[in-house]
This record gives sequence, structure tokens and C-alpha cells, in this order.
Amino acid sequence: MESMLREYLPILVFLGISVALSGVFILGSLLAGTQRPNPEKLSAYECGFDAFQDARGQFDVRFYLVAILFIIFDLEVAFLFPWAISLGDLGLFGFWSMMGFLTVLTVGFVYEWKKGALEWE
Amino acid sequence: MAETGVWTAYGLPLAIIVLQIFAILVPILLSVAFLTYFDRKIWAMMALRRGPNVVGPFGLLQPFADALKMLTKETIIPAGANKVVFLLAPMVTMTLSMVAWAVIPFADGWVLANINVGVLYLFAISSLGVYGIIMAGWSSNSKYPFLGGLRSAAQMVSYEVSIGFVIITVLLCVGSLNLSDIVRAQEKVWFAIPLFPMFVVFFISALAETNRPPFDLPEAEAELVAGYQVEYSSMSWGLFMLGEYANMILMSALTTILFLGGWLSPIPFAPFTMLGPFWFILKIVVLLFVFGWVKATVPRYRYDQLMRLGWKVFLPLSLVWVVLTAGVLVTFGWLPTTH
Repeated sequence: MESMLREYLPILVFLGISVALSGVFILGSLLAGTQRPNPEKLSAYECGFDAFQDARGQFDVRFYLVAILFIIFDLEVAFLFPWAISLGDLGLFGFWSMMGFLTVLTVGFVYEWKKGALEWE
Repeated sequence: MAETGVWTAYGLPLAIIVLQIFAILVPILLSVAFLTYFDRKIWAMMALRRGPNVVGPFGLLQPFADALKMLTKETIIPAGANKVVFLLAPMVTMTLSMVAWAVIPFADGWVLANINVGVLYLFAISSLGVYGIIMAGWSSNSKYPFLGGLRSAAQMVSYEVSIGFVIITVLLCVGSLNLSDIVRAQEKVWFAIPLFPMFVVFFISALAETNRPPFDLPEAEAELVAGYQVEYSSMSWGLFMLGEYANMILMSALTTILFLGGWLSPIPFAPFTMLGPFWFILKIVVLLFVFGWVKATVPRYRYDQLMRLGWKVFLPLSLVWVVLTAGVLVTFGWLPTTH
């Protein structure tokens, strides 16, 4: 157990070094470059106009839909990971159980498709 | 006495780890620098131009000139932006593209963290990549970045799904989540041959995942100016660029490990099999050339075509292929067993 966890120590150190490095890059450019801000420079870019309204307005609901579909299928993938590596030990029973699960999901997927949830035109 | 004990128990191993990390990070950062040069040269040659050729011999010092320029430019933080998140976003992108390298095996045994769930780790890190972009898009408080960020997030999660299924097909053939085991399982035949359609799906999804052409919708200059990067300048923009190119190399490395036999030599006898890292790097460079080649020759996709390809072509195809692979392996009893 301990030796298994020890393999994660380099990742932790790596994370620390990467965060520090990207911090140094940003800080370095803040210090090295001359900062001369003025209101025109700091306004949001909108092809030369002043911004008409706040950018955080309404946006297309389909982006939510994609996010929800992603959660369903990504969970499915996460569920498939342990199944995929131990299928040799599970045998036929494991295979058909997963086929049942996939069939249920496929029915849902076909329904989404027919309902037009995947249309972007 | 006590001090030397602490040193040998904790200090020395930690120092070795730090050295190893720099032995990975410095070459990666250098290859990112030269990849920008390599990419521009490829596009230039395909368009019968010369490409960068002024700074240094053959323009080889161009990336360093670019880095110096970026470092000395003014960092503009828009007045309406959420300042902390705005600066955090490029850091997240850069950090994630670096930290994934911890589990990549460069040759047999040449791996910093040989964890038993290496694929899962990479999958998690690449999923987190969306955060950098959506944080950038939201915190800028400007319309183009916002739309670009949304588009990019939707695009990345869409292709993440088919990447997941493709990885599952490989795992079915290997029976382990460890990246070194995946490479060793390809000693007889590279998975690119039996799983060829999945190899193609994976590579195209990798293009979409790294927002490279023909799927560079988030940056689409013609309509969104530069997408989520519009409000960024100097090194905060540079970190996005570094992250994008480091991700390209990472996705090429992952393709190599999953399908092209990682460090394994294509010529299976003595003097060639000892050159593990050389073969690994060669395969990555070939894939990176394809990245540049695609950019130079394929026109950009429309957004509805992009989503159609992801959800209506790749997802069903990879799902069917998972079932097919599992079925064939179970029927013929070719599944790897652990006990």
C-alpha cells in the first residue's frame, strides 16, 4: 500500500514545480514588461466599439445539453474502465452484463438522436 | 548524525525526484519551442514560402526571440475582467500540460511515476484541460472570449467521449491501466494494425482535443478573432501557446504509446531494440509532422459539422468497436487474464 502511494509523490512534486514555473513566467512578464495601462487599452475588445452590454448574457441552451450528454457518456466510460481490464477474469457473465448496460444506454442515445438533441444547424 | 539521517531518508530521494522532473521538463519546454519553429517551417514549405529564416542560422533562434518578446510585452488585464481567474487560466492550462508527463514512459523503465492507473490519470488530466479555457473565456468578460470558451468547452468534451471509448478498446487488449504494460503488450503487433479504425478516430479526436486545425473553431480568426485568447497579451498569452503545443506533443506521445508501440523498435533485433527513447521520439515527431501537415492542407470545419462528426460518427463507431473487440476477444479466448 505504502509503496503504491509512494509512486504518487513524484506527481505531487511535479505539480508543485509546474505551478511555480507557470507563476514565474507570469510574474516575470509582469516585472520585465513596461506597464502603461490606460482606459482604452483596458476596455473589452469589440471591433473598436465600446462594449454594448455585459458579455455574460444569455447563450444557447445546446451548450448545456452537450455538457449533460458528456456527463452521461463520460460516466459510462469511467464505468467501462474496470470492466475492460478485468474482462478476462469475469468471462462470459461479465461480458453479457455489460452488453445489457450498453443496450440500455444505446436506447437513450438513439432517443436523443431522434429528438434532435445532436442537431446544430 | 540526525541531520544526515533525515537527508538520506527524505532529502536525497526528493532531490533525485526534482532532478528527474527537470530532466523531463527542460527537454519538453525546449521541444515546445522548436515545435513552433518546426510547425511554421512545415506550413511555409507547403505554401512554397521560406518561413522563419532571419534569427540565427536557418531561423533556428526564432522561438527564443519570440519568447523574449513575449516576456517584455505589457500584460493587459481588462478593467471588466475577474483578475485572479484571468491570470489563473493560463497557469492552469500550462500546469496541466506539464504535469501529465509524469506518467509517460520514455523507454522500458524510464518513467517518473510508474502508477498502476496511468491511463486513468492521463484521462483525468486531459479532462481538466477544459477548465483553463472556460476560465479564460468567462473571466475576460468580453463577448468573443466568452463565445470561444463555450465553443471550445463543448468541442473538447464531445471528443473526450470518443477518446474514452477508444482507450477502452486498447485496454480490452491489454488488461492493465499501466502505460508501460500497454507498450509491452504490443511486442507482437502494434495496436495500430488490428485496431486501425480506432487509431484514426483517436488521432482525429486528438486534433479536436488540442484545438488544432481543422478543428480550431475556438480561435477561428474569421469569426471570433482569436476566441478565448482575445484579451490576453504577453506571457499570459504565451502560456496558452506553450500549453497548446505541449498538449500536441502529449497527444502524439499518447497515440504512440496506445497504438504505435511506444519505445518498441520496428526492427526487432539487437542494435535497434536498444534505442528505446530514440524510437519513441521518432514516432512522436512523425505524428507532429502530421499535425502540421493537416493544418497546412485541410480547411476549417463548420461548428455543426464538428459536432456531427463527434457525436454522430465517432461516438457510435467507437462504441460499436468496443463491443466488437470485446466480443472477438471473449469468443476466441484471447483476453488477458491476471490470475
